[in-house]
Order: sequence, then C-alpha cells, then structure tokens
Amino acid sequence: MLKIEDLQVFYGGIHALKGISLEVPENKIITLIGANGAGKSTTLRAICNQVPAASGKVYFQGEDITGKPTADIIKKGITLVPEGRRIFANLTVMENLQMGAYARKDKQGIHKDIQKVFELFPRLKEREWQVAGTLSGGEQQMLAIGRALMSRPRLLMMDEPSLGLAPLLVREVFRIIRDIHSDGMTILLIEQNATAALRIADYGYVLETGKITLQGPGWELAENEQVKKAYLGKA
Amino acid sequence: MEGRARLELMLTLIVVLLTFGVLYIAQGNMNSFYIRVLNLAAIYAILALSLNLILGFTGMFSLGHAGFMCIGSYVAAILTMSPASKEIIYFMEPIHPWLANVEWPIWPAILLGGIIAALFGFLIGFPALRLRDDYLAIATLGFAEIIRIVVTNVIPITNGALGLKNIPSVDSLLVYWGCAIITIFVLMRIINSSWGYAFKAIRDNEIAAQAMGINIFKHKLMSFTIGAFFAGIAGALMSFLITSIDPTMYRFTFTFQILLIVVLGGMGSLSGSVIAAVIFSIAMEVLRFVEQPMNLLGMEVPGIPGMRMVIFSLALLLIILFYRRGLMGTNEFNWSWVLNRLGIRSSHRVKRGEAN
Repeated sequence: MLKIEDLQVFYGGIHALKGISLEVPENKIITLIGANGAGKSTTLRAICNQVPAASGKVYFQGEDITGKPTADIIKKGITLVPEGRRIFANLTVMENLQMGAYARKDKQGIHKDIQKVFELFPRLKEREWQVAGTLSGGEQQMLAIGRALMSRPRLLMMDEPSLGLAPLLVREVFRIIRDIHSDGMTILLIEQNATAALRIADYGYVLETGKITLQGPGWELAENEQVKKAYLGKA
Repeated sequence: MEGRARLELMLTLIVVLLTFGVLYIAQGNMNSFYIRVLNLAAIYAILALSLNLILGFTGMFSLGHAGFMCIGSYVAAILTMSPASKEIIYFMEPIHPWLANVEWPIWPAILLGGIIAALFGFLIGFPALRLRDDYLAIATLGFAEIIRIVVTNVIPITNGALGLKNIPSVDSLLVYWGCAIITIFVLMRIINSSWGYAFKAIRDNEIAAQAMGINIFKHKLMSFTIGAFFAGIAGALMSFLITSIDPTMYRFTFTFQILLIVVLGGMGSLSGSVIAAVIFSIAMEVLRFVEQPMNLLGMEVPGIPGMRMVIFSLALLLIILFYRRGLMGTNEFNWSWVLNRLGIRSSHRVKRGEAN
C-alpha cells in the first residue's frame, strides 16, 4: 500500500535520513522502532511532505506522492496522529472530531463515524462538549486517535502514541490500536516502547541514525539479541 | 427549524431592528459630540473585529493594522474629495491627472478602500506569513511603516506629509454602525464556517491542522486578507469622520490601541471586541480630565498630554497579570445562554448549557 524507496532527508547540514526503503502492505501493522534521533518522526514527516525529501520516492497505492502538497496527501487517505497528541486545545471534543473530517463532505457519513469513535472511546462521549485542553493525557491521546479515524484513512500513521502515558494507559492504547487494526486498518506505528510495539506488529524495522539496520517479523525482532540489548534493556 | 432556533433567530432580528431604531432616534436627539464618540466606537469596533480575526482566531501576531487602515483611509479620501478642493490642497505638486476629477459617492469609495487594503494585505501576507509569532509581528510592523512612509512620499497622489483636508463629512450613526453590524455578521458567518474552524485549528496547533488536510498557508493568507479588507473599511470611515487625514495618524502606536481593545475584549471573541471598543472610546473621552492641570494633595500638577494612554497601559498590565482572558475570553454572547438563564427550556436536550 505504501512504499518508500531510498528516502533521504536533510535538516540543514544534518543528514537525518540516509536512504530508507520500507513497505507497508495492506491490512498490516508495521512498526518502526529506534532511539531518539534515529529518524523515526522524520520518516513520517517526509511521507506527508511536512519536510521535503532530498531524494527518493514515496508511493501510495502505486501512485508517486513524493513532493505533493501535504493537504493533498491527507486527502488521498493517509492520516497522521502527530507526536505529543496535538489536539486543538481550545475546541471542544466534538469540534476536534469534526476537524478530523475536514477533508470530507458527506455529512451523514461524518455523523455515523463520530458515533463509531464514541463507541470505541466511551470516555470521549462523556466529554463531548468539554474543551479538549482540559482532558487528561490519556483522553487527549484517545481524542487524537479518534480525530485521525474521522478522515476515514486507508493508512493510519501514529507517532509515539504511548508517549507520556501511565503504564495502564499504554496497554489501553495498544489494545485500541489492535482493535482498529482488526477492523481492517493499515497502520504504520512509530514507537520507543519497542516491546509493546513489536508484540502487536506484523513486521518491524529498526532505525539507527537515519538507516534501517534490522528488519523482520515482529516476534522475530523481539527475540533478536541485538534488539534486546539496544531497546528492550535485556542483556 | 426547531422552536428554539426560530426563537433565537427572531431575537437576533429584533435586536438588530431595535439597534437601528435606537440609532435613528439617537441621531435626532443627541448632540454632535456624543454622536462623534459613538461613531468612533463603531470604527474601533470594526478595527478590533478584523484584528481579532487575524490574531484571536487564526493566531497570527500581526501588527500591521494601522498600515491597512492608512490605505483604506487615503483611497476613500482621494476618491470622494471634490475636484475644486483637490486643486487647492495639492499646492506642493499638482495631483495626478487621473485622480484630479474623480468624485465618487461614499459607499463605493468605502468598498474600494477595503478592496485595495485587502490587495495590500494579500501582497504583504504572501511573503510575511511564512514567518510566525514574534518574527511575523516584526515583519508586519515593518510593512505597516513602509506603507506609511510610501504614503508620505508619493506627493502627487497623497499630498505627502501635508495630508488631505476637506474630505466630505459623514456624521450619520447609521453609516458607521451599519458598517460595524455588517462586519459583525460577515465575520460571524466566517467564524462558524469550515474556514473558521480551519482558522481556529491553525491557531490551536499548526502541525495537527496540517495533518487534518488543511492548507495552512492558504487559510492564513485568507484570514490576513479579510482582516486587511475590514481594516481598510474602517480607515475609509475614519476619513469621513474626521475629514482631514495625514500619514502621522497611522503610526504603529495606533495599532497598539487596537491591540489593546482586542486583548481587553478577549482574543477569540467577536462580542468581546465590540464591547471593549465601545468601552475604550468612551473611556478615552471620560478620562480627558487626567490631562487637565489639577490640584493633587495641595500640589499643582500641570496638564500632561498622553496621561490617558498611561492609564490604558496600566489597565492592560493589570489585565495581562490578573485577567488574561479579557472580558469575554473566547466566549461569545449567545442566546442559548440567555434563554437558559431565563429558564426557557429547549424542546430537546440542551446541547451547551454555558456561554461557549
């Protein structure tokens, strides 16, 4: 569904991505793990063209989307749950969800999807008219995911959804990701919490200073000695 | 339409009609000084509303408002002055022959003032809106000063530093408040449209807004241009109110007065801007006594011009320290709130109980 070929990105003089190739097949969860500064978020930003790619190609459903305006890429069916939640703090929960459907025009479908999001996150239903900035961290993350689903994406990209959440909530977030996936969503997940991410992923890539150093099925990577040492904290 | 929505629409219409009625009666019965203060309040209201669209709703810290106003002011003045008075006033250098015999009625002149200001807003916004926050403020401030300096120097068109006199005078409350009410309605429609939601999303979080598929630059430019348009309209009205203009009127201190009104009323509240504009213009007159020579605790204090602005600065300081949201915060005056307070229940579930 999504295919990246030899993607390179520079931040000024810093070579942030040194030629990355990866593939996200339909109906799979693919995870990208790596330490801080490995280039995980940069990869997502480059896919959406929020940072320009110096070279390389991004294909979505066979179509070359490299360098297309971000708004157009979103309209093609890719949605990003940005790092650190980034909900619209001064809008209500309802308005946040409506913003998620910004690129859509079908009022009835939007209404139906809002109900679906509320089914998935009953907590949001309770807080329907509350200003989003007053939600707790976990609720904000749920809202961010719900908002992303509102655009009816074909590919959902998540940038560290478990960041800054209590362990119990982290488990909840991963349960939700699995639920969304079982509804047939393709997911590209970026995580520092490698254990949890690899457990639910079909396939994983390990990113180190702008390069993919390892790849393989999720369970296999979780067993890999090198990965264990570097990310899972086990010697 | 559900009963309650119809009731709210009716109430709105009644209030608008009532406002025009009151304005009409006031026009006949109030002395010209009070009428002038109220007209000034209408102009300040339009300015504050348009700056609020840029600053409060879209989150762009722009300080170029006096510049846009200056353009609207000059366009309207040059278009409406009589050819005879143009011949007298432009004695340094004669007026450009194209403009010498133009004498438009006021309404098209006001509109064109707005349009040309919007055009400048578009041209300035195009490079400047790539910046944000403080850098945007500095850039727009710079552009506004450039506008003023250009206006001072293109003598065949603007008569330079001497300014323009004998601009046709309009003292009808209906003209000024009519424009203010149109501005309120247009901006209300924009704020509640999908554009408005896009503006607010950009204000709250640019990256997330982009991830929703909003074209950030396009919407910022749109908000900026619309803001400049209404600033131009206010500038045109200013020409007709005071009938003589010169470039020094539109120095950046003027922008700060409008900024003061926006902050006072609440960034992100149209009703707040209108209320604060009225309070500000009335207070400016009421506080004139502080600039008079007075006897303070047996000490003779000579009159200090500019004391009023000191008081407003203090007020701004206090607001920022203790009441940062301003009068209205991001809330709007709305009928559901009033009706709920009066105990009139809606036919089904009340969606929002509070003023929101």
